Amino acid sequence: MIVAPAEFMLILPEIFVLSMTCAILVLDLFLKDRERAISYWLAQFTLVFAAVITMTTGSGQGELAFFGTYIADAMGSTLKVFIYLVTFLAFLYSRHYLAERKLFRGEYYVLGLFAMLGMMILVSAHSLLTVYLGLELLSLSLYAMVAFNRDSYPCSEAAMKYFVLGALASGMLLYGMSILYGLTGTLDIGLIADSLKGQEASVPLVFAATFIVVGLSFKLGAVPFHMWVPDVYQGAPTPVTLFIGSATKIAAFAMVMRLLVESIGALQSEWQGMLVVLAVLSLAIGNVVAIAQTNLKRMLAYSTISHVGFLLLGILSGTQQGYAAAMFYIITYALMAAGAFGMIILLSRAGFEADEIDDFRGLNQRNSWFAFMMLILMFSMAGVPPTVGFYAKLSVLQAVVDVDMIWLAAAAVFFSVIGAYYYIRIIKVMYFDKAEDDQPLAPHFDLRLGLTANGLAILLLGLFPGGLMALCGRVIS
Amino acid sequence: MVLADYLILGAVLFGLSVAGIFINRKNVIILLMCIELMLLAVNTNFIAFSHFTGDISGQVFVFFILTVAAAESAIGLAILVVLFRNRHTINVDDLDSMKG
Repeated sequence: MIVAPAEFMLILPEIFVLSMTCAILVLDLFLKDRERAISYWLAQFTLVFAAVITMTTGSGQGELAFFGTYIADAMGSTLKVFIYLVTFLAFLYSRHYLAERKLFRGEYYVLGLFAMLGMMILVSAHSLLTVYLGLELLSLSLYAMVAFNRDSYPCSEAAMKYFVLGALASGMLLYGMSILYGLTGTLDIGLIADSLKGQEASVPLVFAATFIVVGLSFKLGAVPFHMWVPDVYQGAPTPVTLFIGSATKIAAFAMVMRLLVESIGALQSEWQGMLVVLAVLSLAIGNVVAIAQTNLKRMLAYSTISHVGFLLLGILSGTQQGYAAAMFYIITYALMAAGAFGMIILLSRAGFEADEIDDFRGLNQRNSWFAFMMLILMFSMAGVPPTVGFYAKLSVLQAVVDVDMIWLAAAAVFFSVIGAYYYIRIIKVMYFDKAEDDQPLAPHFDLRLGLTANGLAILLLGLFPGGLMALCGRVIS
Repeated sequence: MVLADYLILGAVLFGLSVAGIFINRKNVIILLMCIELMLLAVNTNFIAFSHFTGDISGQVFVFFILTVAAAESAIGLAILVVLFRNRHTINVDDLDSMKG
């Protein structure tokens, strides 16, 4: 049992992120409050350099390392690069917000980087054990991040709810994994897939698959396992909500791919039915309940639930095209969510949270450029052309229609039309209502630059989706 | 003892813990205990399977679960302390400031 040195090259991005995070953790102890920006810049440097390493060392073929527990493949590297990008945006947007609330501490960056390391492990997992360890590293860091503003009551309540339901989800997932292990005698995802090939779907196998699907839908926030999503989104500090609502979704997609598609793909006809129910319920409840919300963070939480429904639609189609569409969907959704929560941060200032929909009243009179950015983001979430949201929804629906589930596609379109109402309501509030708040909007330069780039990226990807779509199609096959 | 005995034990423990999480409306600490019990139920399953299939990796998994469970309860108790300082109660029914 000897590990070849070449295998360490495969996990170089993980090693780099881990060492940098530990370095920042220690260094931060010796920094005075006014030097705190050093931690921030080091964290951003870690992300940029990790992206360089991932892009230069990433290979096209799936290479196994560490006794088959880790896989370096094209899907993993691509998802990792987008995780770095979204985490970079999350750190960028939250910097001044945290500073204005005396929350600008190293913990946010250290926990954020540890959570990201968990996502990287999850994305590259090739064994049930690595899936579990990556998931727990991610979740444990997120619980602490939600409780990060420790003097705020909503934060601690949200953290407690997230913790209990997150632990319940891990328990369900583990129980499913234990049964699967007992039936196949191995933890290796590739070997599990081999041993299930050509087997009849027995009752114990379906039992294991059910627990795994339930655990996954808890983590994804699919109805009926979505109870924690609105409370956590609303209660957590906005920078943490931004992080949970964007980067972790990409990791969740990878987890679904590794656990459902790559390991128990042979049982596709069994879990497909479960995912149909979850997807339809998520689309229905997410879109309908979002209409009733007055808090923007809570509304975006229900909108996340409905977007998870679309993600599940792509996966349940069970074709390469469907997986690629789901990957495209989740990457663009993560960018949209980062931008939308970034807008809440942009409108907030010391002592004032702009998380009510009414706070966006008359934004066009106060700052027409950012009102336009918000318009692009909302149109994209609603799926209005020419933004990227339209193309993402279209490709998922195409994959569903291709496997002859036309009624499912029709239901998805129906609920999206309902969902368009509450996105367009925000646009109406911004453009046609009178501004009550006459405080001038003076965002910092980096926040302005980031949000502008984010909004324009959504528009440009909508006009030229071919490149990203081709990339998703290539790395999935 | 046959494999089924251990699996039934695991299933009973698991069922107890899930029921505990959903039925308990009193104390957050009981929730933490239920979570712990749930992980132990899974461990029972893993060890039983590992023993009867003669494959060691299940037992390795159990060591990882035990370690992660320790970290998890540390974080859970830390959140509990923060919660108590802010609200002066750890009653599950009082965690209801957000609705809708």
